[in-house]
This record gives sequence, structure tokens and C-alpha cells, in this order.
Amino acid sequence: MPAAIAEAGPVPAVTPPATPPSFGTLALRWYRLNQDRLRATAIGIISLLAFLLVWHLLTTYRVVFFVRFTNVPSPLAVYASFTKAIHDPKFLLHIVLSCRRIFIGFSLAAIVGVPLGLIMGRFKLVHEIIFPVAEVLRPIPAIAWVPMAIMLWPTNEQSIVFITFLGSFFPILVNTLHGMSLVDPVLVRAAQCLGARERSIFREVYFPASLPHIFTGLTVGMGVAWVSLIAAEMISGQYGIGYFTWEAYSLVQYPDIALGMIAIGVLGLGSSVLIRGAGHLVMPWRPT
Amino acid sequence: MSERLASPSKGHIEVRNFSLSYDSIEGPVQAVTDTQIHVKPGEFVSIVGPSGCGKSTLLNAVAGFLKPTTGIVTVDGDRVGGPSAERGMVFQQYSLFPWKTVRENVEFGLKMRGMPRSQRERAARTLLGLAGLEAFEKHYPEKLSGGMKQRVGIVRALATGPKVLLLDEPFGALDAQTRVIMQQILTNMWQRLKISVLFVTHDIDEAIFLSDRVYCMTARPGSIKAEIPIPLERPRQQSMMMSSEFLALRRGLMSLIREESLKAMGGEISDMGMQGLNIELQGHSLADVI
Repeated sequence: MPAAIAEAGPVPAVTPPATPPSFGTLALRWYRLNQDRLRATAIGIISLLAFLLVWHLLTTYRVVFFVRFTNVPSPLAVYASFTKAIHDPKFLLHIVLSCRRIFIGFSLAAIVGVPLGLIMGRFKLVHEIIFPVAEVLRPIPAIAWVPMAIMLWPTNEQSIVFITFLGSFFPILVNTLHGMSLVDPVLVRAAQCLGARERSIFREVYFPASLPHIFTGLTVGMGVAWVSLIAAEMISGQYGIGYFTWEAYSLVQYPDIALGMIAIGVLGLGSSVLIRGAGHLVMPWRPT
Repeated sequence: MSERLASPSKGHIEVRNFSLSYDSIEGPVQAVTDTQIHVKPGEFVSIVGPSGCGKSTLLNAVAGFLKPTTGIVTVDGDRVGGPSAERGMVFQQYSLFPWKTVRENVEFGLKMRGMPRSQRERAARTLLGLAGLEAFEKHYPEKLSGGMKQRVGIVRALATGPKVLLLDEPFGALDAQTRVIMQQILTNMWQRLKISVLFVTHDIDEAIFLSDRVYCMTARPGSIKAEIPIPLERPRQQSMMMSSEFLALRRGLMSLIREESLKAMGGEISDMGMQGLNIELQGHSLADVI
């Protein structure tokens, strides 16, 4: 094509320097480029250490100032019970069971919630039928479902998974629906005049366009799944990290309370990191 | 590729007795009324008119997105019933799929047609090469400039070898320099592919520079006010825009549109407002002198 195209074409690449830069130059450049991130990491570590130090001081001196730190375990005591716990198969079983419940409950919520949201977003009648019911059930906290869940399901295990499912289901459904409602109609029209039919439009436009919101729903849903799981385990469980934490209180093993709490925090963080990672894999076009 | 795409004897658009109205609480609102236009095979035709005159509505009806209230839209004698790959469309908002790379965007129409992957990859590469975009085939649209996005949009619309190309203010969002280059690119592609083009714009220079014929629409409810043949020779050069022939055409079209714009706004603005407007319009016609 003639010169006009070349004019609008790619900007010529910057010519590389004749000699490769030395290691020192590279390191310096890397440092400059990542300065902000390094700074944030450094401050983050310092802040966590400061938190531990404050915790240590408050518990060592058993501070009582409105809040009572008399019985609160010190970080060292928690660490001691941690080293003991990781060799205890029972503690590991608590963790494994909680993770399994999350996995099953959350997966079911995603498997039901995402397609249902997509279909509701596309077919008005389905939306009109299901949406009112969903809106009535949605504000009920998963914990309020505990007695009902125990009646509904034959085993404790099933009712806990059910509550985990409920907790994550609504955020996933609502966000998927939201994503569907924001799909740019121009993209749908573009697909149509490239010959796409209903099914292709669903797969090639509606679904990928909704993915960012679906992943928001999955992230929120995962958070609520943990909240619901821990509550259910504390009330009706026999195993699980929530039960472990509650049992530690009943058995006056105070360091284990903090250990259970930290374990829950770490597991929750880990699962949301997993979802974020999956999001980046599935949506390579999104800036990280 | 370009041989297969070329279809000089096809792409005859005809719009007859066309009107389109939509319902509102006050009753039906007429958007376009009593309109006839046609585009001969291989012809480049533009529609200009004051904003809100229904030129995009008309184009969307040719694309098949809107159904005429009365009248008929045909392409090569077949009635337009809905959108199809026979009528490629380029939108002002680029409308590239953000989740697809440049090449995947161009491949989309071929994929919908069921062309095997390796074949459509090759076809897309060839087309991107023609548009000088081969280096960007793996980029996502977000990384591209407006001009590049719209080049991809045009290439994507042409990839399936449509009979006609419909463009809805495709360069409206681009800066002046890029716009000029894009006009050149579009002309080049059009001449190569011998495809019929229906081009909607509010830019009079653009319409004259690109077209064989220009339709000027009235203010809402829109209808055809005038049909102006553009006898400028091809290939057209940027320098022609200074020629007396071009300027005469420009002046003619300008006054037609000015009349309609005033009519369109007259109902909404007071005399004071009109005076302000006159000053602005004189500013516009200053460009005539240059």
C-alpha cells in the first residue's frame, strides 16, 4: 500500500545501543523502574513487624485500658502453638476439611451462579422469573440459614457446604448479571454484521465482556464463603478451622484462638490470590 | 485475497419510500421521512446533514439493525431483513473486541463463517499487511492509537468480503491529521476492492474529498434535501481541497447544511441565542476564505 499507510504505520523502534549495558547499569535501571514497588514492600514489612511488636508489648505487659489484654496470648505463645499444631494431624485435618467445604460450596456457587447470571442477563423472561426470588433471599445472611440448613440436609457436613454455597452464590450471581447489563451494545452489533448468530454472540461477546465482573463476583463470593463457613462451623461443626477456633476458647487454650484466626486469614488471603491469578490467566487483555 | 474480495458488479444499495418513526409517550416521532437513496455498485456515496437529522438511523436501517416503518431497503434486489456479513460496518466508537488481539478481531468474521483456523490466520495476516498493521497482530486493541484501531475496524469489516461497506462517522473521534491519513487509506482500499461504500459524516470536506456523490439531509424529520455529484477526478490528492472546484462544492453544501442546522436549532433557541450562533457561523465561513 502506498506511502500514506507508512505514515500512519508503526513508529520506528528506538535503535539499540551498540554495546550491551553493564550489569551495574541494568541493576540501577531495574531499581528505578521498580522503585515504587520496592518502597511499598519495604514499608509493608516494617508495618507488619510493628504490628507484631505492639501485640507483643500489649500482651507481655497485660495492658488493661478499656480492652483487656490479660488473657490474650502473646505472638511467641501463638508461634509455639503453631509449631506444635503443624505436626498435629488433627489440626491439619481441620484445615483440610475447611478447604474442602470451601472448594465444594464455592465451586457449586460458581457453576450455578455464573451460567444463571449469563442466562438471566440474556433472556428477559428468565430474569423476570428468577430475579424477584433472588432479591428476597439475597439479604438473608448465610448464618441465618444455619437452623434451616440443619433441617434441610441429612448430615452436618452437607448443611455446612450448603451455607458456604449460599454465601458465595449471591455475590457471584449479582455481579455476573451486572456484567451482562454493561455489555456494550455496539460490540454486539459489530459481531452481528460480521455474521455472528445468537450462540456465537453469547460465547464471543457477552461472556468475555462480562468476565471482569464475573471475577469481581468470584472474589467477593470467596470472601463471603469464608465468612459463612466459619460461622457455620462454629455453630454446627465437628471439624474445620472455625470449629477449632471456637473449641480452643471452650477448652481455654488461648494461643489456639489466635492461631485459628491467623489460619483463617491466611487461607482467605490464599484463596483470593488464587482467584486473582485465575483472572489474569483467563483475561490476558486486562492490564495487571 | 483482493481478487476474491473484489466484486465490482455487486453491492447495489437501494432505499425506497423509506420512513422510520418510533413510539414515544406523545405519539409516534418521525425520525426519517420519505427518503430515497441508492448506491451503485462500486460507488462511494456520503450522507451529510445537521446532527440529529437521522443519517445514522438511515445507515442503521441499511445495516439491518432498524426496520423501516414504511418503504424498503434492498441490496442487489434482496430485501434487508437483519444484520449480515454481506454488509460490513465500521462504527465511530471503533467497536473492536477488547478481549481479542488485532488479528483475532480481523479473523472474527471468517471464524463465524466456519473457515478453519490456519486458513483464516493467513487471510487475516494478508489483510493486516495491506493496512500496514502486521507488526501489531498480537496486540490487544487497548494498546493501539485511535487511528490504528479504526484501521483494524475497517480491515475487520472488509475481511469477509462484503458487498457493501457502511461507515458511521468512522473518523469522528480522530484528530485532524490522523483523519486525513485515514481518508487516504480508506480511498485506497475502496479503489482496490471496488466495493460500494455508504459513508455517514458531518464533515463536509471529508464527504466531498471521498465521495462520488453526496446526499444532504434536512433537519429532523430527516429526508433528502439535495443530491450533489462530486465530479472531482480520481485519484484525489490533498491539494485538491484548495481547488476552486472543491471550494465551490464546499460552499454549496455548507449553505445547504447551514440552513438545516438553523432550522433544527431555531425551535430551541431564542433570538439572542441566534445572534450568538451567527457569529459562530461567520467564524466557520472564514475557513472558506482560506
